[in-house]
Amino acid sequence: MARIGVFVCWCGSNIAGTVDVAKVAEEASKIPGVVCAVDYKYMCSDPGQNSLRKMIREQKLTGLVLAACSPHMHENTFRRAAVKEGLNPYFVEIANIREQVSWVHEDKERATQKAIDLTKMMVEKVKKDRPIEDVKVPLTKRALVIGGGIAGIQAALDTANGGVQVILVEKEPSIGGRMIQLDETFPTLDCSSCIMTPKMVEVRQHPNIKLYTYSEIEDISGYIGNFKIKIKKKTRSVLEKDCTGCGECWNACPMHKNVKSEFNADMSERTAIYVPFPQAVPLIPVLDRSACLHYKKGGKCQKCFDACGPKCIDFGLRDEIIEEEVGAIIAATGYDLMDNSLYGEYGYGKYKDVVSGLQFERLLSASGPTEGVIRRPSDGKTPQTIVFIQCVGSRDPEKGVPYCSKVCCMYTAKHAKLFAHKVRDSQSYVFYIDIRATGKGYEEFVRSAMEQDGAVYLRGRVSRIYEDNGKLIVKGADTLSGTQVEIAADMVVLATGVIPKKDSDRLARMLGISYDKYGFFTESHPKLRPTESSTAGIFLAGMAQGPRDIPESVVSGSAAASKVLGLFSKSEYEVEGTIANVNEATCVACFYCQRVCAYHAITGKEIKDRNGNIVKVVANVNPGLCTGCGACVSACFSKSIDVKGFMDDQIYAEIKSLGV
Amino acid sequence: MIMKKEDINSNPDPRIIAFVCNWCTYSGADLAGTGRMKYSDNVRIIKLPCSGRIDPLFIVEAFKKGARGVLVSGCHPGDCHYTSGNYHSRRKYAAFRDLLGFLGIDLNRVEFSWISASEGNKWVSVVNEFTEKIKSLEDSSTDIFRK
Repeated sequence: MARIGVFVCWCGSNIAGTVDVAKVAEEASKIPGVVCAVDYKYMCSDPGQNSLRKMIREQKLTGLVLAACSPHMHENTFRRAAVKEGLNPYFVEIANIREQVSWVHEDKERATQKAIDLTKMMVEKVKKDRPIEDVKVPLTKRALVIGGGIAGIQAALDTANGGVQVILVEKEPSIGGRMIQLDETFPTLDCSSCIMTPKMVEVRQHPNIKLYTYSEIEDISGYIGNFKIKIKKKTRSVLEKDCTGCGECWNACPMHKNVKSEFNADMSERTAIYVPFPQAVPLIPVLDRSACLHYKKGGKCQKCFDACGPKCIDFGLRDEIIEEEVGAIIAATGYDLMDNSLYGEYGYGKYKDVVSGLQFERLLSASGPTEGVIRRPSDGKTPQTIVFIQCVGSRDPEKGVPYCSKVCCMYTAKHAKLFAHKVRDSQSYVFYIDIRATGKGYEEFVRSAMEQDGAVYLRGRVSRIYEDNGKLIVKGADTLSGTQVEIAADMVVLATGVIPKKDSDRLARMLGISYDKYGFFTESHPKLRPTESSTAGIFLAGMAQGPRDIPESVVSGSAAASKVLGLFSKSEYEVEGTIANVNEATCVACFYCQRVCAYHAITGKEIKDRNGNIVKVVANVNPGLCTGCGACVSACFSKSIDVKGFMDDQIYAEIKSLGV
Repeated sequence: MIMKKEDINSNPDPRIIAFVCNWCTYSGADLAGTGRMKYSDNVRIIKLPCSGRIDPLFIVEAFKKGARGVLVSGCHPGDCHYTSGNYHSRRKYAAFRDLLGFLGIDLNRVEFSWISASEGNKWVSVVNEFTEKIKSLEDSSTDIFRK
């Protein structure tokens, strides 16, 4: 027989001012099963909790109803108090008579009646509560990091330094991501590769990091603590163990003018067998079979093979599928840039000297196609006047994307500064909508681009760019002076908007995490859980979540790593016990529950007799994946699945208690 | 569905039962409380983890037990704490409306609304408007059944 205690809180005058708490307690004491009902000034205070604990002991209570503030406030407080007295925490229910009654209603008599109703409802619910035990899930203490850009590298290093084995998977032939493509970084103008390459080498040499480059995730199954990963390791056509990275092969390759270099943002060509850039990690070439004469001409060309000293080129190598098991995943897949050709008026693709910000970055870089001397693509001359256009694609709901790409204001200021430093007596013009320089030292940096390096900032849009007499004529508006401007420029640089990495949605579906309408991965909570994905055990870092700069990406990488280390600090992962539960006796294996489950938590389970023959198949809930949403419960025709804490009979009891 | 005779009289103080999800609407109602927004006191909230948990039979049961109006509310599309529970809820409700109509229940007595955790004011206006609607239905008809 249930022995229920009802505790009505005054919350000072917050509840007692509008609700007759003594009457609520008196009415509650008349409900069958209630053995004591009291009111107290502040139930959440230490004396309040002590009186509650004393009552549990003395009255041998089996369930508690707190008529108090919202369960979102103090449910855990009272549950903890109950646990201290040996009660199961789920035998505590809250009737929310503050947020739902005293604060929103004025008529004391009616408010009191409503408070009594809500209390009755919870008494009926608590009568049908069953003990719920939290579920423990074993943990495979290895982590997978997807993406070897700065966020992924930081996440991998921090995790590995915490003593956890890390598998880092990178799609491209080398780790380094976008950051290694940059020349210098705002706002300190330190050289990107100078700060990035040591980290890349550290990853390569770290005893706890297993690096798979030129590899992609093929399949992911499992759940927190127990993921199974299939990695497709695309073949480089090179025996990696023996390769010394000497470069004889790519120097021998005859196809040196045919393929655009991805690393140089199409500003130069590469050979068919290549390393993307000299500091690549690992320094092992990739044979691009789509460009290689050996494959095109039926095996005639094998110049690289002949040139290779250790004879490590093998034209017959195949992709491999590697299987790994991990307990946590960090997704740091980074970003791409929007397609500039959407903006025909800027002439990208039509005029060679209209380039994207990333292309300009490569022109500035000492490892770039021009070895750091700014030369325009059309005739190789050094430009004297450059027009920079910000917000190309960003903040443009009609043609591009409505969001701000966050980094363009800063890198455009950096471009203007570096241009001024590299080309004497040059002049840059920047068309902008707003300047968003909100980081540490950022505003000062933009100011210095204007004041020290003479960049002319024009607030307005460019309407048209056309070529005239070897110059690019940029027509635009200066909205601050209200005039039309026309600038004869040698080059135009577009600050292109940032979009999620191509195929990020495919990966998100494989991971079972949610993503927004643009394809950026969404956080479990935008403010309070910015590192967690919607799926337990999968964490997020870097630009895959949305536009952010290098420091923020590094922070998010470290944050994800700390989440993984925190998860792995326990021997097992504890899941809240309020999850779905199948009645195997009545389940008819229609698997409607499986179809509505957003977490892939339901699988089939074979029930066998003692001879090992399969008697029937029933639905089975994986506690590591189930979140207790209950979508399966209302989809079940045979009423064979229920969610603990919100069972059908409890809800019906609540409804019944409200009957007139 | 058997109604007791006294239930079939018009009710000047009609009971409304609201089935709400824990993450959006329950928190939205909490916000209305924190903001001391006043609203009609006919509503009684039953909390569920997600609007996807709401079994259509709860609605039938609520009417059977004397509710004069039923409000169902969860997170906005795309905002579900459980990714897609509210879509299941919406789809189920779309199909269930017809069945309710077939049972003869006046569909004006069932309200479906998306209310987020930041929409305390929307919770207030939805409850007030729905209460007014139910009260006017009580004046014009004495039955939860359609005329």
